[in-house]
Amino acid sequence: MSILAIQNLYVSFLENTVVKNVSMDIEEKKVTAIMGPSGCGKTTVLRSVNRMHELSAHASVTGKVLLRGEDLYALDAILVRRRIGMVFQRPNPFPTMSIYDNVVAGYLLNGLRLGKPELDNLVEESLSSAALWDEVKDSLRRRGAFLSGGQQQRLCIARALAMRPEILLLDEPTSALDPKATASIEELLVQLKKTVTILLVTHNIAQASRVSDFTAFMYLGELVEFGASAKMFTAPQDKRTEEYLTGKFG
Amino acid sequence: MTFTEAAKTLLWRQSLDKVFFGVICFFSFLSVLPLVLILGYLLVKGVSALNWQFFCRVPQPLGEIGGGIANALLGSLILLAVAFLLAVPLGLLVGIYLAENKKNWLADCARLSVEILQSVPSIVIGLVVYTWLVLPLKTFSALAGGAALALMMLPVSVRSTEETLRLIPLELKEAALALGVPYYRTILRVIVPSGLSGIVTGVLLSLARVAGETAPLLFTAFGNPFLSLALFRPIESLPHLIFYYATSPYAEWHRLAWGASFVLVVGVLFLNLTAKFLTRRWRVRF
Repeated sequence: MSILAIQNLYVSFLENTVVKNVSMDIEEKKVTAIMGPSGCGKTTVLRSVNRMHELSAHASVTGKVLLRGEDLYALDAILVRRRIGMVFQRPNPFPTMSIYDNVVAGYLLNGLRLGKPELDNLVEESLSSAALWDEVKDSLRRRGAFLSGGQQQRLCIARALAMRPEILLLDEPTSALDPKATASIEELLVQLKKTVTILLVTHNIAQASRVSDFTAFMYLGELVEFGASAKMFTAPQDKRTEEYLTGKFG
Repeated sequence: MTFTEAAKTLLWRQSLDKVFFGVICFFSFLSVLPLVLILGYLLVKGVSALNWQFFCRVPQPLGEIGGGIANALLGSLILLAVAFLLAVPLGLLVGIYLAENKKNWLADCARLSVEILQSVPSIVIGLVVYTWLVLPLKTFSALAGGAALALMMLPVSVRSTEETLRLIPLELKEAALALGVPYYRTILRVIVPSGLSGIVTGVLLSLARVAGETAPLLFTAFGNPFLSLALFRPIESLPHLIFYYATSPYAEWHRLAWGASFVLVVGVLFLNLTAKFLTRRWRVRF
């Protein structure tokens, strides 16, 4: 069943249109990957889902993004971001906070008050979901900066999961990590789709084929092809997809 | 080039290397010398003036031996406190604004004004505050002195706040915003705490900078031979007391001036070292 519908989305910054007429239906509790060469607009599509693109000056959007039929652009951006979590390219835990506080940062920073036992549960549950609990359970009060890059990225995933998001957006979450940390994150994503819908941007074709159920291929701002990964990676319909998959460009 | 020639040029280069190393060591040492000499001289001249009376008593009438600089010590603290309260909140807010808005006309204006304010001579600042505060209030006052010092502190605290916050990675701000944290909370609870060590360092250094200012106090705080805590009365300050006593013809006052100089320099040194310590201690790794 589709949880998120992107309909005729155009995004431009000043005169420069970087996303052109993209329409996609994202299935619930599946991993959907958006791949494509640098500058193809895949990150912009992702950021327009939780409206992070609005941070850039002169951004304008036409088209619709619907979460369970609800127009996200009719809501307050802050509420949208609480329902849709995001993980970035470079791990970005809050450097002044402990691991514990980082996980529940969404509550602390928003002034949402929870009891201590509730917070404790949330921390354990989120860190466990992010496959980090065993590694950090004895150092929850230490700052997150001493963790390795892969651990920091999982901490960021835990932080997003703690808000119990309906969708988790990941923007090239492994591009700053070594192969081993990358493998653990990919494994984690496959686990996570049992509970949350995942939209993943990657420029790594192999990664898309390894973890995703559906794949979208974007090129020069357009959605070239979108469908089940199994099919796209074996029998691409569009010539450009085939050329990208076989390494003729990108 | 033959083998022996090559060995010769190598020997020449190596000896040149030693000479050059010696030269830079010598000049580095020279740069340390002024501070060491000043501190040494103050130590010799000033320490003899220090005793409990010096810190707890106010100056005695002319001709009497003893007395202290309690009025100036307390006065300087009050002036700095007033300057701190006036300049730091404003400096912080402007610094945040400038760090957040790189390009718009208001930011450009504010940045330029702050830069120019920094290069306004301190005596002129004193004069301006004199016409703004001293004339309307019809009295020299601690408030006017503090305001003059605040004007001198403002550019430093704005710039240090702006520069510190600019170094904070954008990813951190995005992390908070992506959790649905409102903009103002992102700034107050994520960005400012991450830059706290830099901001506090800047404030301490600007305090150290104005603690020794005399010119802007001459016709604002004016000076006061008695102990005063009142904001709307003239107040003594360490630099002014030094100026006044050192130019007097009395040996006893010269002694007090040396002692006060020593105390002032130690205080400024302490602020500087605290700032250094805090930068190291509170540094945030991203």
